[in-house]
Amino acid sequence: MGATIIEKIIGNNTKKEVKPGDIVTVHVDRVMIHDIFIPFVASKFEEMGFTKLYDADKVVLIYDHLVPASQVDDTRHFRVGNEFVEKYDIKNIHRSDGICHQLMTEAGYVKPGNIVFGTDSHTTTYGCVGAFSSGIGYTEMASILGTGTMWVRVPETIKVNIKGKLPENVMAKDIILKLIGDLGADGATYKALEFAGDTIDDMSVSSRMSMANMAIEAGAKCALFTPDEKTAEYCEIELTDRERDLVGDADAQYCRVIEYRAEDFVPVMACPSNVDNVKPVSELVGKEIDQVFIGSCTNGRLEDLMAAAQVLQGKKVAPFVKLIITPASRKIYNQAVENGTMAVLAGAGAMVTHPSCGLCCGRAGGILTDGETVVATNNRNFLGRMGTSKVGIYLASPKTAAACAVAGKIVEPE
Amino acid sequence: MEKFSGKVWVLGDDIDTDIIIPTEYLALETVKDMAPYAFSPLRPELAAQIKQGDIIVAGKNFGCGSSREQAPEIIKALGVKCVIAKSFARIFFRNSINNGLLLIENEKLRDVVSEGDDIAVTLNQAIEYHGETYEIASLPKNLMDIINAGGLVKAMRKLNGLD
Repeated sequence: MGATIIEKIIGNNTKKEVKPGDIVTVHVDRVMIHDIFIPFVASKFEEMGFTKLYDADKVVLIYDHLVPASQVDDTRHFRVGNEFVEKYDIKNIHRSDGICHQLMTEAGYVKPGNIVFGTDSHTTTYGCVGAFSSGIGYTEMASILGTGTMWVRVPETIKVNIKGKLPENVMAKDIILKLIGDLGADGATYKALEFAGDTIDDMSVSSRMSMANMAIEAGAKCALFTPDEKTAEYCEIELTDRERDLVGDADAQYCRVIEYRAEDFVPVMACPSNVDNVKPVSELVGKEIDQVFIGSCTNGRLEDLMAAAQVLQGKKVAPFVKLIITPASRKIYNQAVENGTMAVLAGAGAMVTHPSCGLCCGRAGGILTDGETVVATNNRNFLGRMGTSKVGIYLASPKTAAACAVAGKIVEPE
Repeated sequence: MEKFSGKVWVLGDDIDTDIIIPTEYLALETVKDMAPYAFSPLRPELAAQIKQGDIIVAGKNFGCGSSREQAPEIIKALGVKCVIAKSFARIFFRNSINNGLLLIENEKLRDVVSEGDDIAVTLNQAIEYHGETYEIASLPKNLMDIINAGGLVKAMRKLNGLD
């Protein structure tokens, strides 16, 4: 019988055939720890009695949520992280290069078929290159650092087929928001999402990244895209036969198959304060806004900034709106400077910040207060995420967000 | 079989980790420092009201959102004996087991129970409330092993020959 992508990845790792429900121990190819959790990982690791890492080369430490520090206590995380890196001889550390999920693939730490765990829920992102990646807590991270292994339950898979050509004003973000709305915030809990179809084939790795990033918002354990030539170019590798074979077989068993026609998608928003509260932008038109945020591991890539620049070209941000743009990495920041995107954004009145998690986790400039409304391209609109619990957060694509910034209210992008 | 009873606090669906502990408090040094802010975006007064041995009963997808392990640790630090929900989010579930916070899945109880009432739980068997019995499933062996070891830290200490 055929296998789904996740069954193949776990099967290759454990060197045996697996089926959903099996509980197996996998060897971990790479781990990512970010600044918020490093003090906890470090103390649990030593409390567990470990004295060395299973493989220092497989450990990546990234400072992003707290960069640069916005509260005095934040600096303690950098100090503990630096001490941990020194003590255990970790070479892979990024102190101000960008958001962890961007850097893991951008800097070449994740390859197709890898099994990767990170201390952040959006670790599902690396499925964009055909890796099984998922978020865990700091206690499990500490145990992986010592043992190099972790138990996983082989998940069932939901297959999502998308065929056809997307409308001009629709981005990958609209697809994943629509899917989350259809599935519900727990519709894929414990399950893998597997994407296929010619719409997906035509998509950039960056767009696949936006979708894999948000799989967790439907509760999914991971999201998977078949590695192709675009993946190979992005990862700067030649695909092996085993990597090419990371495709869901025709006779694989899926717990659910969902079909979409690309032409049917429209710009959508996730309305306050749940990611599955998804509505077409056309139903929300006219609502006044105070701020727009374009950035995050979901939508802070060059193609996102360029999509925003296309909308903002020759226009100005509405007088009462603050437009905050946060590139996902230093590399993207520099690329946007070099290709002229940054000049368009700044010229339109955007405030472009340093690469980091920024406003997405509610710890950087741009916090809002009661009664205010923000249109944002990140992945969560939970109560209190960007300020007080009475802030309305509407999640949207970069195109929609940029169009709203110009209009000063919710509008559909052209 | 372990039995216990406790007073119930009732919450809704999709209680996310930003509600359980907002990001702004995550850089406080200890879980104890963070605990007073638990559930603050939703019910700022709740953390001070919860007493040792109380039980949280919630709807579906409890603990959805981020991987912050402080969420189950804080609930445990508040003295909550167990969380009973229609369903749990995946990372929260693993984090709770690893920290010895007991989670119980039950579809029906949330819709009938009233806040402030007492319920009785028999581990891996059933919940009793107002004369009705609500069956609960038992946890898989690999998870019970971690719980029985006293959490993942203790299991690893044993592995490393420390305890």
